[in-house]
Amino acid sequence: MKFKQLFAAFGVAALVAGALAAQAADKLVKVDGSSTVFPITEAVAEDFQKANKGLKVTVGISGTGGGFKKFCRGEIDIADASRPILKQEMEACNKAGIQYIELPVAYDALTVVINKNNGWLKSITVAELKKMWEPAAQGKIMKWSEINPKWPDAKLALFGAGSDSGTFDYFTEAVNGKAKASRGDYTASEDDNVLVQGVARDKNAIGYFGLAYYVENQDKLKAVAIVEKDGKPAVLPALDTVMNGSYQPLSRPIFIYVNTKSAARPEIKSFVEFYLKQAPTLVKEVKYVPLPDKAYTLAAANFKNGKIGTVFGGVAEVGVRIEDLLKREAKH
Amino acid sequence: MEPQNVREIRALIVRHKRWDKMFAIVGLIAMLVGVMTLFALFLDLAIDGLPRLSWDFFTSFPSRRAGQAGILSAWVGTTLVMLVTALTAVPLGIAAGIYLEEYAPRNWVTDLIEINVSNLAGVPSIVYGLLALGLFVYALDFGQSILSAGLTLALLILPVVIVATREAIRAVPGVIREAAYALGATKWQTVADHVLPYSTGGILTGVIIGLARAIGETAPVITIGALTFIAFLPPAPLKAEAPFLSFDWLFAPFTVMPIQMFNWLSRPEAAFLTNAAAAGVVIIVMTLAMNAFAIWLRYRYRKRIKW
Repeated sequence: MKFKQLFAAFGVAALVAGALAAQAADKLVKVDGSSTVFPITEAVAEDFQKANKGLKVTVGISGTGGGFKKFCRGEIDIADASRPILKQEMEACNKAGIQYIELPVAYDALTVVINKNNGWLKSITVAELKKMWEPAAQGKIMKWSEINPKWPDAKLALFGAGSDSGTFDYFTEAVNGKAKASRGDYTASEDDNVLVQGVARDKNAIGYFGLAYYVENQDKLKAVAIVEKDGKPAVLPALDTVMNGSYQPLSRPIFIYVNTKSAARPEIKSFVEFYLKQAPTLVKEVKYVPLPDKAYTLAAANFKNGKIGTVFGGVAEVGVRIEDLLKREAKH
Repeated sequence: MEPQNVREIRALIVRHKRWDKMFAIVGLIAMLVGVMTLFALFLDLAIDGLPRLSWDFFTSFPSRRAGQAGILSAWVGTTLVMLVTALTAVPLGIAAGIYLEEYAPRNWVTDLIEINVSNLAGVPSIVYGLLALGLFVYALDFGQSILSAGLTLALLILPVVIVATREAIRAVPGVIREAAYALGATKWQTVADHVLPYSTGGILTGVIIGLARAIGETAPVITIGALTFIAFLPPAPLKAEAPFLSFDWLFAPFTVMPIQMFNWLSRPEAAFLTNAAAAGVVIIVMTLAMNAFAIWLRYRYRKRIKW
C-alpha cells in the first residue's frame, strides 16, 4: 500500500530527527544585532573565513536592541550595536552573569541631504534643524520660509528614518535633544533607498540618513554642511571631517560588544583581533568612516587587557571624541 | 406583424444577452489586471536581474562586493526548509483533513475544530513566528535551526492544507464510498484505495498554495533567528561511513532567499539592487517549478480515475 509506506517513512524520519537533537556549535562565531554595523561585520566575516579555513562566522540582523537581548541571554558571542548599551540591557546582562568588552569599530555619519537642483541651501545650523524637526513643528512649520526668512516660500518636504531605527534615535537625540522626540508628519522609511528616491524626486525636499547612502547617490543628491553652533564653521560630512571630529553633532561611533566568556575561545579571540586589524581598510570599503588609527590600537589593547563594561553608563551621548572614550573608566 | 408578447420576449432576450457580454468583458478585464500585473512585475525583475544570473551567482556565498555575491547559502537554506515544511505539513494536514471529513463524529467539538482551522488560516504569519520562537527554539531546544524554521512554516500552512484536503474529499461522490462499503471494504480501505486517489488533484493544489506562501515568508523566519550572512553550508545528509545518513543539517544555522533579497534591497550600492532582482527571479522560478511539479503529479493521478 503506497500511502502506508509513505506514512511509515515520515514516522521513521521524524523519530530519527528527534533522537539526533544534539546541537553542533563548534568553532562557530555568532554575531547578531544592528543593521547599521552589519556591512562592516559582514566584510570582516567574509575575509576572516577566507583567511582561516574551518572557522565559521554567522551574522544576523535583529537590530541593536534585539541583538542585545540575544547577547544577554548568552545566545551569541558578539553583538553589533549602533549605540552604546542601555541601562536595562546592562541589568539584563548582569542578571545573566554575562560580562562584555565594548569596542568601537567605526563612525557612522548622518548626512542631511537635499535635491540636486536645490541651489540656495549650502549650510544649515543645528538650531534650524531643530526648528524643522522638533515635535512642536508638527503641522506648523510647513514652508522653508517659516524656518529662515531668507529661504524661499516653498513647501517643506521632509524625509527621515522610521522610528524603529537607531538612526532615528541618534538624529532626534542630537538635533532635538531627546531620543525619539520628533515631529511625525514626514515621510518615514526604514529603507534608506526609499528616502534617497524621495529626496531625488522633490526639489524642495530635505532628509537625513547614513553617509554611505549619500556617497553612493551623489549624482542625485547634495549634502548640506552642518553648523553646530553660531560662530562655528559649516562642515560637510566627509572622511576627514568625521575622523578629526569636526563634523558634529551628527557623527556617532558604532560598536561591537564581545562576551568575555566567548572571548576566551581562540576562534573568537582571533576574530576580534582580525576585526580591529582589518577595520581601517574594510570600513572604508563599505563606505563608512574608520576611526583614527590610534583608536584601533587602543581598542585592541582594551580587548587584550579584558576591559570589562561600558564607558557610557547606560546613556547615549552626543558628540564624544573616540580617544577620550577609550580611555574612560568603564562601568558594568 | 408579431404579437405584442413575442416582441417583449425578444427584447428581454436581447437585454439579457447584453448583460452576458458585459459580464464577459468585466471578467476578462479582471483577469487581465491580475495576469498583466504579475507579468509586468516579473518582466521588470527579469530585465534588472537576468544579466546577473550566472553559474557563479548560484555557487557563491554572500559578499560585500556585489559582483561576487551569490545566493548559495540562501537557496540551499530555502530548499532544506521547504523540505522540512513539506514533509511535516503534507502528511499532518492530509491526515487531519481525512479524519475531519471521514472519521470525526458530527458534533459541536468537531464544529469548533473546523471553525478554528479555518480561522487559523488567517492568522498573521508573525504570530506563528512568536509561537515557534517559544515552542521550537526554546521549549523544545531545537535552536535557531533549519528544523525550527521548517516546523514553523509547516504550522503556518497546515490550515491551508487541511481545508484544501477537506474540500477535495468532499468532492468525491458519495456513491463511490457506498459502492466500496457494499463490496465489504473497511473505512480505511475505502479512504486509501478510492477517496484519497480521487481527491489527490485538489489536495495537491492546496499543498502548492501553502508551499508557495511559505517560500516567500520572511517575518516568522527572522523571528526564530534566521541569519543574514552565512558563508557555509549545512552538513551533508549523506556520509561515507555507516549509518550513511546524517540529520545534523536539521540543526544547522541558515538563511533563506527572501531574507537575502531584502538585505540586498536595503544596501546603498546600486549593484546590490541588481542582485536582489536576480534573487527575486530565482524565487519566482522556484515557486513556478514547484507548481509545475504539482500539475504534473495531478495530471498523472487524473489519468487513473476511471469515472
